[in-house]
This record gives sequence, C-alpha cells and structure tokens, in this order.
Amino acid sequence: MAMIEINNLSKTFTLHNQGSAVIPVMEGANLTVARGECVALTGASGAGKSTLMRMIYGNYLAAGGSILVDGLDVAQAEPREILTLRREVLGYVSQFLRVVPRVPTLEVVAEPLLSVGVEKETALARARVLLTQLRIPERLWGLSPTSFSGGEQQRVNIARGFAHTYPAMLLDEPTASLDAANRATVLGLIEDAKARGAAIIGIFHDEAARDQVCDREIDVSVYTPRAQ
Amino acid sequence: MTPLLKVENISKFYGNRIGCQDVNFDLFPGEVMGIVGESGSGKSTLLNCLAGFLTPETGEVLFEMRDGDMRDTVTMSEPERRMLSRTDWAFVHQHARDGLRMNVSAGGNVGERLMAVGARHYGNIRAEAVDWLGRVEINETRVDDRPTQFSGGMQQRLQIARNLVTGPRLVFMDEPTGGLDVSVQARLLDLLRGLVREMGLSAIIVTHDLAVVRLLADRLMVMKDGHVVETGLTDQVLDDPQHAYTQLLVSSVLQV
Repeated sequence: MAMIEINNLSKTFTLHNQGSAVIPVMEGANLTVARGECVALTGASGAGKSTLMRMIYGNYLAAGGSILVDGLDVAQAEPREILTLRREVLGYVSQFLRVVPRVPTLEVVAEPLLSVGVEKETALARARVLLTQLRIPERLWGLSPTSFSGGEQQRVNIARGFAHTYPAMLLDEPTASLDAANRATVLGLIEDAKARGAAIIGIFHDEAARDQVCDREIDVSVYTPRAQ
Repeated sequence: MTPLLKVENISKFYGNRIGCQDVNFDLFPGEVMGIVGESGSGKSTLLNCLAGFLTPETGEVLFEMRDGDMRDTVTMSEPERRMLSRTDWAFVHQHARDGLRMNVSAGGNVGERLMAVGARHYGNIRAEAVDWLGRVEINETRVDDRPTQFSGGMQQRLQIARNLVTGPRLVFMDEPTGGLDVSVQARLLDLLRGLVREMGLSAIIVTHDLAVVRLLADRLMVMKDGHVVETGLTDQVLDDPQHAYTQLLVSSVLQV
C-alpha cells in the first residue's frame, strides 16, 4: 500500500472580510507516494506547491477529496488523530523555525524524540549527532536558536525534522541557502531516510538537489483551476 | 481512549444576555485546548461554568472520575465538587492574588494545598513545597517570603506551583500570561509546556493572545458573542481560518 495517497483534492480560500472573494487554488489533485520514494513538487511560484504540502500536514483544510497518510484521511480526521500522525508518522521540515523562546537548541532538536517516548539520554545523543553533522558549533547547543542566524536556524530545523525516523516526510526547500558542505549533508540525510523506507514529498528549487534525491516530479500547476 | 471531559450543550445567561450558548466539546487526556475570542465573547464565562464557579442554565460537564465513571460536575454536591477541585482540578487565575493567599508564605501557599488533600507530616510537606518552588524557578531562599514580596511573574509561577503540587489531571487557566512582560511570558510558557508534557496534564486555556495558544494548545476553539464559531487543530485554525470572525482576529494581530 502507498504511504501517501491523494485523490481528487481541491482547495479554495474564502476571504470573508475582503468582499467574500472565493479563490479556487487547487482542483482534482492526485498523487501517490510509495515507501522509499521521493517525489518533487514543481511548478511556478503560486502554483500551489506549499498549499498542497500544508494540506497533507493538516495545516490547511481541504475543500474536497481525500489525503490518506498511512491509512488516515487527513482531510476528515479529528485534530487529535492528526496530532498523533504528526508525532509518529509524518514529519515536516518547513522553511522557518518556530519554537518556544528560551528552550536550548539541543532540546529543540531532541523534542520530537521525547514526544514519542524515547529515553531522554538517547534523544539527546541523537540530537548531538545531528547537530554535529549539520555543523552547529557545540558552544551554541545550550542557547535558544531564536537568536541564531537564518542559516543556523534552518539547520537546527532540519536536525529537528530528521531526529525521529518518520515513515513519511514533507520537505519545504530543505537545501535553500545552505553552503555546499551542509547541502551535501542534508541530501545525505534525505537519501538515508529513503533507504530506510520513508515516503518523501519535497519542494526543491535547487534542481541539482532535486535530480539527485527525487525519483519523480509532479507539476502541481496542472491542478491549478483555470479562470472561467 | 475515552475523553477526560465531555461538555454537552452548556449555556449560561445573564438575564437576557447570552454568556455562552450551546457549547459542546470533548477533551482527551493529555490534550491542551485553547479558547480565544475578544473581551465579552463568553470565554471566561464558559471556563467558570466548566470549573464549577458558575452554574450553567443548561447542559452537562461530564468528568471522568479516577474510578473511570463519567460524572456530571454541574449536578454533583458542593462538597464533592470542592473535593474534586482540590484533588483532580487546578485553576490558574489571571491575577495571581486571586489564586494565592497573600499573607501566607510561599512555602505555606504550596503546602496548604497538600494539607487540603490529607498530607500531615511537616517535613515532607516542606520538602515537597521546596521541590515545587524549584520546579517553577523560585529560589529555596524565598520559601518563607510572602507573595506580596514577589514580582508579578514570580507570583504567577507560585500560583502554578500551588495548583500543580497535588498532581491534578485537568488544569483550567484564565489568561495565565496576561499582564506580564513578554520576556516573563516566554519563561512562563516554557515552564507550562514542560509541566504539561511531564505530568501528562489536560488543560483548557482561555486567552486573547494568539501567540500563546499557538505555542501551548493542541486544539483551538474560537468564540464570539457567546457562541463557538470555529474549532480545529490550533495551527490550522490560525493559518487557514474559515469563519469571518476568525479571519478578522488572525489578520488583526500586529507583526513584530
């Protein structure tokens, strides 16, 4: 069975406070991702790549259709079912780090493991490995990442996203604004995740990175509704 | 899994005015639910109905007792409800002085709750109180000081210690970070989040601060004029609001 299976998915935004404008942004989207497969979403800016990712994560509500992730229909599921899915099955590396101020970097990275019940020492050890791999200097580990540079925050975000071995992952521009060495590390993490059977959907503007790790491309602009 | 709290058709009126009307939801163990809405939207009225401070005109508030029974806390006897509020519930008020005894020492404020549930050994009570003051980052040297000698943020942390020392299963919070400096708020949020996870607490947090619910709450309920207008996963409601009022609320937040 496919890990992620999307059928006839549609999305509209209704802007109640701006003349109740109804903006259809997606129609009839279909996508299947098997275990161990990485699929790239392509299409111009505004085509709906991020919107599709956010719907799969349950962050945006679908207007119609189904989004099966490990058998759970995210388009219909209860909030707590989606929270369990996010904790155990579906990881998401967004472009921006969003954390509680004051929490040290090491704990930010270990948190996804702690929340699935991994022992604290094991979780912290894994966090140390990832932070080392992603070249975050050890002297920063005890500090909150909120004060880090943009590039450092992005690497902390990636470390956090790869701490737990999720069976499914969504990656939004994971290699953007990384130097060559860190970019290679991230591509290595993605290849490792594929090798252990993770189903991955990614947005990569970095074409060389896309060619290296993705098995297929889906152009989401074919699902953009045409103006009548 | 069965819900810890089942709220069914709760309505509260003040004369002809609606406090809150036809509110329904389930809260599961370990879940944190935020209630947002502007002043006068009925969110505090609802919280007070749930916590037993106000009696709703209609509806049931079913709470799972330790023996697994679901009991309606609206109709249970006053002594029973008072016992529940000492053993299984906690209420964190916006103003710490409403939840603290201001003329009793910090240690006494925490110890008193333990004595209310039957602790009698002075040494154990004091040790536990000191342990909890440490957990909320109040130095042991302040254990004999009164809350009046504490800053606002410290008073709020003391109130949290007093409330959580008895190991409740459900915590009600009314604007827990209201009126505090943002730096103090962040510290309190971090503390609350840690405690909620370590103790597996369920919580209902009323606030008008959307940043607070984004960090603390799993689920969100949006109220307007006494009615629930939208519910859902917190980040979904904030990032893809469906109701006109929620859209207005989210777009009205000033960016820093």
